[in-house]
Amino acid sequence: MLLTMNPHTSASSSNYSILRSFAAISLAAALAFSLTGCGSKEAAEQEAKQAPSPSDLAQNQPETHGTEVKSVELTTPLKQDWVTAGKGVYDMKCLACHKLTADKLVGPGWAGVTKRRQPVWVMNMILNVDMMLEKDPEAQKLLELCMVRMPNQNLTPEEARSVLEFMRSNDGEK
Amino acid sequence: MNKRFLLLAGLAAITGAGLLTGCKPKQLIAPVQSGVAEKVYVAPGKYDEFYNIVSGGFSGGVAIYGLPSGRLFRQIPVFAQHPESGYGYSEETKPMLNTSYGTQVWDDQHHVGLSTTNGEHDGRWIFANSNNSPRVARISLETFRTEEIIEIPNSSGNHSSPFLTENTEYAVAGTRFAYPLDDEGSNPDVPIASFKDTFKSVISMVAVEPKTGRLSIGFQILLPGIDIDLARAGKKKSHDWIFFSCYNSEQAHTLLEVNASQKDKDFIVAINWKKCEEYVKAGKGRKSRNPYAHNVWDEHTHSAKSTILNEVTILDPTELKDIVYLMPCPKSPHGCDTDPTGSYIIGSGKLAAIIPVFSFDKMLKAIADKNHEGEFCGLPVLKYESVLHGEVKKPGLGPLHTEFDGKGNAYTSFFVTSEIVKWNIETLQVVDRAPTYYSVGHMTVPGSATVKPHGKYAIAYNKITKDRYLPTGPELTQSAQLYDISGDKMKLLLDFPTVGEPHYAEAIPAALVKPKSKKFYKIEANNHPYVTKSEKDARVVREGNVVHVYMTAIRSHLAPDNIEGVKIGDEVYFHVTNLEQDWDVPHGFAVKGSGNAELLIMPGETATLKYVPGRVGIAPFYCTDFCSALHQEMQGYLRVSPAGSDVPLKFGIGETAPTAK
Repeated sequence: MLLTMNPHTSASSSNYSILRSFAAISLAAALAFSLTGCGSKEAAEQEAKQAPSPSDLAQNQPETHGTEVKSVELTTPLKQDWVTAGKGVYDMKCLACHKLTADKLVGPGWAGVTKRRQPVWVMNMILNVDMMLEKDPEAQKLLELCMVRMPNQNLTPEEARSVLEFMRSNDGEK
Repeated sequence: MNKRFLLLAGLAAITGAGLLTGCKPKQLIAPVQSGVAEKVYVAPGKYDEFYNIVSGGFSGGVAIYGLPSGRLFRQIPVFAQHPESGYGYSEETKPMLNTSYGTQVWDDQHHVGLSTTNGEHDGRWIFANSNNSPRVARISLETFRTEEIIEIPNSSGNHSSPFLTENTEYAVAGTRFAYPLDDEGSNPDVPIASFKDTFKSVISMVAVEPKTGRLSIGFQILLPGIDIDLARAGKKKSHDWIFFSCYNSEQAHTLLEVNASQKDKDFIVAINWKKCEEYVKAGKGRKSRNPYAHNVWDEHTHSAKSTILNEVTILDPTELKDIVYLMPCPKSPHGCDTDPTGSYIIGSGKLAAIIPVFSFDKMLKAIADKNHEGEFCGLPVLKYESVLHGEVKKPGLGPLHTEFDGKGNAYTSFFVTSEIVKWNIETLQVVDRAPTYYSVGHMTVPGSATVKPHGKYAIAYNKITKDRYLPTGPELTQSAQLYDISGDKMKLLLDFPTVGEPHYAEAIPAALVKPKSKKFYKIEANNHPYVTKSEKDARVVREGNVVHVYMTAIRSHLAPDNIEGVKIGDEVYFHVTNLEQDWDVPHGFAVKGSGNAELLIMPGETATLKYVPGRVGIAPFYCTDFCSALHQEMQGYLRVSPAGSDVPLKFGIGETAPTAK
């Protein structure tokens, strides 16, 4: 396993009070439902097995931001096919804001990034930028510097891993 | 003295107001009961339970609201240009508005139909009609964008549309304004007074390909010149049939207000579409050769293509005797609604004081028994009594449309008496009535058009707003009202304003739509011929006097943002690709003095703005949709030089921007 991931949701502490204040309303909704329900018990059970009801959907909306990367395994020598794939992703989704030199454009230049940052940090910055900007002090410093939240470009974990390989290559690893 | 005069004047004003609004119901204050607020309150950040898909009337599009809150989410442009998104202005969307008459920048959108599988909502597509230049559109419920528009040849006034058959085999269209057709299917130059001889009406069955939703004209059915008004397909046992109401069986061509209201009864036109299909397969019918446009949006090229087609098959029911039957229906029927069991067809004679309910079983028997009372223009007319389940007596004045809750109740809107009347389909007894403010037209009960209504609410789409909102001069907002129908008595919950005049609407549980909603377009799958997939490929290419700008947009810069060497006499095409790959990050694009709309470009999409420079000088361009803290910096300059000048073509951004030398 190269990657270990845990689903990361943001329906955490900040939403708790809202959820709690809704308990009253959802209870009322549940009561209204039981009062108007006229089907048999079996029908009700069958309904329960189906897709979430509209009122469930209205009450329960955790927003999944991504999958947190817990560990990344690096191998030497570099996997050249990943470096090539990573370059392709870079051209399309990263180049508009990141130079391959140390110069800042919109975001920081990539030269030396694999020396400054842990592989896990890089992977999460690509895959879970919302989580990083919420929790990670280094990511927050970068936001203060650049003033633009790094876009989530919706890379797959595999694509992000290939970008990391390309960064290592850009930093002179073989 | 003065005081007394004022009092009198005040009384006179009140009386006068009373007289002026004489057709309002007696109660002037809405009977809103306590505790309704929590029934419509959707707290900040929470979702509504239903999507309400509402026709936009003369706005030419479809609008999306949430229920029970009545909040407006989105206007979908369909048959009219929409400068806010560039629909009908961008090079990619212009073909969507093409017709055999050329570009139509506006239309009148009346009814919507949500796709069904086995009679139940499947959350795939919205269908919509245009009344003025007859067309049917298909809108995706994944992208909430218009994906396809097909013109209806040989027709005008496409009102009884798009009402779908039970399994979305067909959307239908019908002629409201009868129209001259000759044997070649053309629209000949004839005197209007030749109406009875030369004017015809057609029913069009627009076939829907089951997987892709792709539209084609399956076939048409020729009818005498009458005004086809509304339609509903059969369900379950009546699956093979579709029913249309009509008025003007008098065949008047002037002062219809009087002349089309002469007869006691007009007709419900019952059509066996399954039998028609068999005839078409067997090669029956003649070919009409009138041109019609078929416009298709491709989500991968992010572009529409318009094709002009020329052929449809027309079936003549005076020759094919068992496809069309007429059921007499009192007084210029408007609504023609089939109940969820498919057993009953409710005609609403808008000038009648009863609601006739027709029985599908009785209709089949009357057809089998040849229980005819005569013919109309060569078509069999069944005996009224032989097809009637019964009449709802004295329900109100001006019945228009009927919806169903799936529990055996029908809800009919009454325009003249401004009310919704709830009645029992089997017993024909009125069980409840609720006032509307004012003059309700269409109504929606969620899922009423299906075999399994979701019930819970009724929404009234009113024709008159008057004093319901803060006034905004002579032109007022349009208005809808939400009722709770879960109990025995209907309860008014909410007024909410709507865009354009709302006609028919449907509502669908959010759970059937929300999970499928698209968040962005994959840039890898973008096959637009002028896409720029990497900022390093952003460039400007001159081909004669045509200049193509391959531009990218990402937070927060446009590349290239400095362009020189464009001259008066050039045509410039800005092909802007939004490189973002996240939800809710559109970029906008506009150029000073372009005489064109803006572009609103979704993540992963490419859109093109045509710009013909009219003046020498610098034309700034910028992103119009606030996208980041540095959105204000998302701007650039185009230098326009005189015709024939030798300023070379140069472009770039940052280090690559043209320098002073």
